[in-house]
Amino acid sequence: MLETGFFYLFGGLAIFAALGVILSANTMHSVMWLILCFFNASGLFFLLDAEFLGIVLILIYVGAVMVLFMFVVMMLEVNQAAKREGWLRYLPIGGMIALILFGELVAASVSGLFGSETMAMASHMGAEVNNTVEIGKILYTEYLLGFEIAAIILLVALVGAIVLTLRERKDAKYQNISHQVNVRKEDRLTKVGM
Amino acid sequence: MDLFDMILQGLIWALEILAIVVPVALGVAYTTYAERRVIGWMQVRQGCNRVGPFGLLQPLADGLKLFLKETIIPTTANKFLFVAAPVMALMPALLAFAVVPFGETTLFGLWETAHVMSIANLNVGVLYVMAISSLSIYGILMAGWASNSKYALIGAIRSTSQMISYEISMGLSIVCVLILAGSLGLSDIVYAQQGGLGHWYFIPLFPMFIVFFIAGAAETNRSPFDLPEGEAELVAGFFVEYSGMWFATFSLAEYAAMILVSLMTSILFLGGWYPPFEFLDFIPGTVWLLAKTSFLIFVFIWFRATFPRYRYDQLMRLGWKVFLPWTLAWIAVIGICTYAGELSDSLSFLSDGIGFYQPWR
Repeated sequence: MLETGFFYLFGGLAIFAALGVILSANTMHSVMWLILCFFNASGLFFLLDAEFLGIVLILIYVGAVMVLFMFVVMMLEVNQAAKREGWLRYLPIGGMIALILFGELVAASVSGLFGSETMAMASHMGAEVNNTVEIGKILYTEYLLGFEIAAIILLVALVGAIVLTLRERKDAKYQNISHQVNVRKEDRLTKVGM
Repeated sequence: MDLFDMILQGLIWALEILAIVVPVALGVAYTTYAERRVIGWMQVRQGCNRVGPFGLLQPLADGLKLFLKETIIPTTANKFLFVAAPVMALMPALLAFAVVPFGETTLFGLWETAHVMSIANLNVGVLYVMAISSLSIYGILMAGWASNSKYALIGAIRSTSQMISYEISMGLSIVCVLILAGSLGLSDIVYAQQGGLGHWYFIPLFPMFIVFFIAGAAETNRSPFDLPEGEAELVAGFFVEYSGMWFATFSLAEYAAMILVSLMTSILFLGGWYPPFEFLDFIPGTVWLLAKTSFLIFVFIWFRATFPRYRYDQLMRLGWKVFLPWTLAWIAVIGICTYAGELSDSLSFLSDGIGFYQPWR
């Protein structure tokens, strides 16, 4: 009973926060709402005994991704008035996408594929089952190839981002620490005969 | 579970939380005192010695003064976020203490077996601490943005990029500890270091110990990495607009984070609550843990009295070009050593050597 209560608390807050993301006028507030939404999603993972996934969701999305979001949003100067005008122009296409998505979601949920009798229900294991260990075991045996491919794709993206943005400026002065440390007295001092 | 049990359980939880928060708050107050006295001693002057014997009541007087001061909110500030920011900064610093194991206790012989003294003995404790302490960025970012001041914004941006950079090497240095201990739980990591000084992880992981501690100093914006509040160029950085109690909340968060980093360093690398030699067992484990933590806090203060502040490009160079390659290389070293014995018998001395620190083998 307590668990159901917490499920509705986390789920309800997540929906409320998601509404806050799209409805708040200030982009900074939107980011804060999104953070709250992630927190509640991680709470749902905790209810399913998936504490590893819950913590990783906070660590990666809230701790790293959203910080960069906020970083960018903070730098933008958003013109509030310009954002409001022309919403009628985008209403047909936006509304259409929303309607199609809504229809899909309703169709999927009433199709019976996700009913409680067909889905595997998570029952609570004993405290001796450590889901971090279980995830590690299955990730590095059965899904090793997929895991490695994902890692390589991420590495390519990482190197690509560096290659695209790295520009060495000619006029900037860089400090060469080993050069500074290795300097000898003879390099800097000369004896001047008077 | 009937209502009485639930109320009792709630009371026990509240007591457990109080038993952590009150000592942390007192510890923060007396860390500021120790900092002033120690820096005074290092700079051959007195430090605070007026209020009470040896100035011991000085932190209480300071707290009272800050409490009674007026809180000024700038007119152009975003009021809600401005007020929420110090709370957001303090919350993660206190939340992370929930999983810290302070030792083992049988509650004076009341329990049959020894229990770990922590509010939650989470089996993903290390990840929890990393995740929660990474949230402290938000308090600083929000303070900088909501103040609507250039100095505060620059301080917040500096702080964020610094924390993101150092979090990576901090996390990767923990990975080495995890390879050795074979567990993400903080108490399991301490158990893996049982057996005296020779078993502590700072010996096989000495570079990681240094990286973790220095990255911790950078994470908590301590000197010599206190660029976010560089008073020479930014007045006071991200909290320049704050006064009174809200300002005090920021320093409370900073010092609590410093205590947390010292605790984590003691637990991950310095054997947690175990004494350095077995015959010193008669001193309780909690005393050992707190003694190690106090020493590391002293080292933080020592840093502050010794080193000049890093320049910004030097800070980034240290994080990305020195610490990151070192941590990645050390993960490779530990990983290869662990499985070298399976490659060929001539290399088995490597895995035997590292196996001394790996109780899971």
